[in-house]
Amino acid sequence: MSSSGKTEFERTILRNTKILGLATFAWVFSMAIATFGPKFFWESMGITAFALLVNTGCGVGMIIANMKHIRALDELQQRIQLVAMGMSLGVAVVFGLALSLVETSGLLPIEADISYVVFLICITYMVTLIVASKRYG
Amino acid sequence: MKNRFKVLRAERDWTQADLAEKLDVSRQTINAIEKGKFDPSLPLAFKAARLFGMTIEQIFEDEAG
Repeated sequence: MSSSGKTEFERTILRNTKILGLATFAWVFSMAIATFGPKFFWESMGITAFALLVNTGCGVGMIIANMKHIRALDELQQRIQLVAMGMSLGVAVVFGLALSLVETSGLLPIEADISYVVFLICITYMVTLIVASKRYG
Repeated sequence: MKNRFKVLRAERDWTQADLAEKLDVSRQTINAIEKGKFDPSLPLAFKAARLFGMTIEQIFEDEAG
């Protein structure tokens, strides 16, 4: 154990989490650039295509960082992640399709935007992660 | 499944962090195993058995059995 009181395992998880955080920030930042750049900074389609390419690259980097992060977790932590991801996927499919049906059927005057589903996935993932962690805590 | 993790750890005067480091898992996992909230996988159970110098049956007890 190090002087910081953290085990080698915990240090590895912390390092991987930081890398994942940085990769996620890069992806979100490049997404913001690709979204708002054409509106406020440039008009060239070439630059927009390049910004999208960078954003996709950052996204792939984030996926790889996430896989590395999950692989390094121990079996309980992996189980907690599995529960959180499973719940997020289920909620996304059920409520995403329900939202789409509400729009196509004209039941309510709403616009089914993908960002609603992404937001729902994030909230579900975080809440499930906290609940599952407390359950095993 | 019942286990003797807490007793065996205490006998060796190890903290949960010590045991977690020796088994290469998180403290949360050791805590969950000790409280019976989580049953470890077979590889982790074997690793613990090797560490304590015992057989798996001496550490874990099947409550259904």
